[in-house]
Amino acid sequence: MLSRTADNLFWLARYLERAESTARLIAMGQRMAILPGAHHREEWKSIIRVTGSQHLFDKDAVIRESDVVEHLVLNADNPVSIRSCLIKARANGKSIRTALTQDMWEALNEGWRNLENYDVAEARAQLASILDWVKQRAMTFRGATESGHLRDERHDFIRVGGALERAQSVLRLLDVKYYVLLPETDVVGGNRDHYQWTSVLYALSGSRAYHHVYGGVYSPWQITDFLMLNRRFPRSVLYCLDQLSYRLGRLAQWHGQRRPCHASIDAMVSSMAEKTSGDIFRQGLHETVQRTLSDSNRLGIEIAEAYHFG
Amino acid sequence: MAFYEMLDRNGAVRECYAPVQHWVEQTGIGGLNRRLEEAEAIFRRIGITFAVYGEGGDPERLIPFDLLPRIFTALEWRTLDLGIRQRARALNAFLYDVYHRGEIIRAGIMPADIVYRNAAYKPEMAGFTPPGRVYSHIVGVDIVRTGPDSFQVLEDNCRTPSGVSYMLENREIMTRMFPDLFAQGVVAPVDHYPDDLLKSLKEVAPPACKDEPVVVVLTPGSLNSAYYEHSFLADLMGVELVEPADLYADDGLVFMKTTYGPRRVDVIYRRIDDDYIDPLVFRADSLLGVPGLFDAYRRGGVTLCSAPGAGVADDKAIYTYVPDMIRFYLGENAILENIPTWNCAKPDDCAYVLENLHDLVAKEVHGSGGYGMIIGPKATKAEVEAYAARIRANPAEFIAQPTLALSTVPTLGETGIVERHVDFRPYCLVGTQLRLVPGGLTRVALTEGSLVVNSSQGGGVKDTWILQA
Repeated sequence: MLSRTADNLFWLARYLERAESTARLIAMGQRMAILPGAHHREEWKSIIRVTGSQHLFDKDAVIRESDVVEHLVLNADNPVSIRSCLIKARANGKSIRTALTQDMWEALNEGWRNLENYDVAEARAQLASILDWVKQRAMTFRGATESGHLRDERHDFIRVGGALERAQSVLRLLDVKYYVLLPETDVVGGNRDHYQWTSVLYALSGSRAYHHVYGGVYSPWQITDFLMLNRRFPRSVLYCLDQLSYRLGRLAQWHGQRRPCHASIDAMVSSMAEKTSGDIFRQGLHETVQRTLSDSNRLGIEIAEAYHFG
Repeated sequence: MAFYEMLDRNGAVRECYAPVQHWVEQTGIGGLNRRLEEAEAIFRRIGITFAVYGEGGDPERLIPFDLLPRIFTALEWRTLDLGIRQRARALNAFLYDVYHRGEIIRAGIMPADIVYRNAAYKPEMAGFTPPGRVYSHIVGVDIVRTGPDSFQVLEDNCRTPSGVSYMLENREIMTRMFPDLFAQGVVAPVDHYPDDLLKSLKEVAPPACKDEPVVVVLTPGSLNSAYYEHSFLADLMGVELVEPADLYADDGLVFMKTTYGPRRVDVIYRRIDDDYIDPLVFRADSLLGVPGLFDAYRRGGVTLCSAPGAGVADDKAIYTYVPDMIRFYLGENAILENIPTWNCAKPDDCAYVLENLHDLVAKEVHGSGGYGMIIGPKATKAEVEAYAARIRANPAEFIAQPTLALSTVPTLGETGIVERHVDFRPYCLVGTQLRLVPGGLTRVALTEGSLVVNSSQGGGVKDTWILQA
């Protein structure tokens, strides 16, 4: 397979996952912001911050929902906005159309320009349905991939890109919780803290699954355990790392050769699997998240180098 | 008065169009227009679009599709088939000749200047013989019809004629939407074209290739207007679609960069112009090219399809000599006629053209896509005068032809069936043998009375049926 094809497949899956994760972030921000007594719009600011979009604003700017809609949904020049992720995912797909099935291509091609037609006010008015639509685009693509794509290395590159991006998106969501500081009058484990944590779960469509696992009691430790360390929930960090390990293992088999990225993913999986949520809070949630994010960035680079698309 | 292909001399529907006539009556115009919308939705979804450089607007415009097929009888096709194959052989023989001894020039049949001073002539090719002596592996012959038995060649395309994906997709859509029309099996199939193309490309593998040839399609990239077609053909042949940056040449061999490391490439069906394929030999400022590609080609490490310099055979000034080529190389008379053409490089012709421009169609020798031409009878006096001034300034750059009464075919209008002018482009494949699928691309001028069928100027496409005997 052409290295360029691998590159495009990997990034196509990443961009689509990123579009979805930005949609989930915004949904979470919306939920946090409407909590009783939401705090000085810190919620939106933290969302802008975890997407790396703070350079678009003055340091002390007050960030409102309309700013988020403008820059994280519609702004085609912001690389993490939903619109630019959808455009880039489609461009990746278009340049390697032969590596996709017709259904996968149609999923990418359908409605890729829809967001051009909105201004901020309209997009705000229809925000919920836009966010749902974005999630559906990503799900349709995944479904088409799951049901019809030949299981050769092309498929593995798509899944590697998807798993890597998803791990990072969960980490970023968790970091929002870190940035949304509790007012001094509130206590950790208090009402507001509780609602913020459940918003994280909600954004990851994980509430029901969480109940099944932990029986309905919310606690920051258990939610962290669930989103970082649960090996059965497909939006947990460790689950994504397991997926990466499996897919990279298949690539090593196809190629008859292990590369530095294989050693790295093994180390990441075993280090994460040893942890408890107690460890994570002792070492600092933010620190653990940041370290895992930087490990995963390095892994992305090693994957590209291993398969000649770096 | 243009020949309307649906009717015979007495105004009755010709037998070959009877099923279509019946179908139109059954479905009704409203029904057909609804089906057309469905067809367009399918085209849009699967992404068949084309871009036109410098026109602005939507870069991924849909090429208009007309539901009513254009139909040729088996007998009509027999003539076309023989004529097209004959032309493909003669054009390749001509290319071999002008890059070797130039016998046709020595014999005084063609002037040396229009060959050797032609921008499409590549001196770098002189003395080199490509595998199978094939220069143009896909010859697209543009044909117009002016009467029941009268077909004429408008121009030849020896480099990389585009549009074949529309031939295949138009048929795909028609069979998907109207299976009944095809159920009787009277329409000759065209869907083996990609197989034929792959066979032809493999037949011209280079001397250095000892195993099963590795074929690739080389595209300038996804912004190219014909990118859809490039990816479509690569997909149907099951070969890689590569961009120049995916290739490199090393010591007379060409490799593509894969996830497994380098892999040899034997045959390149390239959809990039000569000037841009290798900056070491052709345009040094080309960012598209693969340095060393041409060296590998001349050393027999890889085959380029079409051969660099093949374009000299489809130049509009060369075109006038094709019947002579057929006589000279094949010892036959041309089965398909040329359109009488005045070559403004000749003083007598030029004088005639300037005097009669209001009755003629004049074109730039090197132009294509329907640009830079004038249709005398449809132009204003001022336009004619301005064009005449351009011819006077640079006569060798222009040719002129009579305004032809291009045939018309039934076309779906909003309120009924209308007559629209068409042309026809079949695709002849040349490997060690000739292959020609029974079909081609019919382009239709959708504007009433218009003779310009180019997709960049309001033209559309139709499915083309060749009826089996």
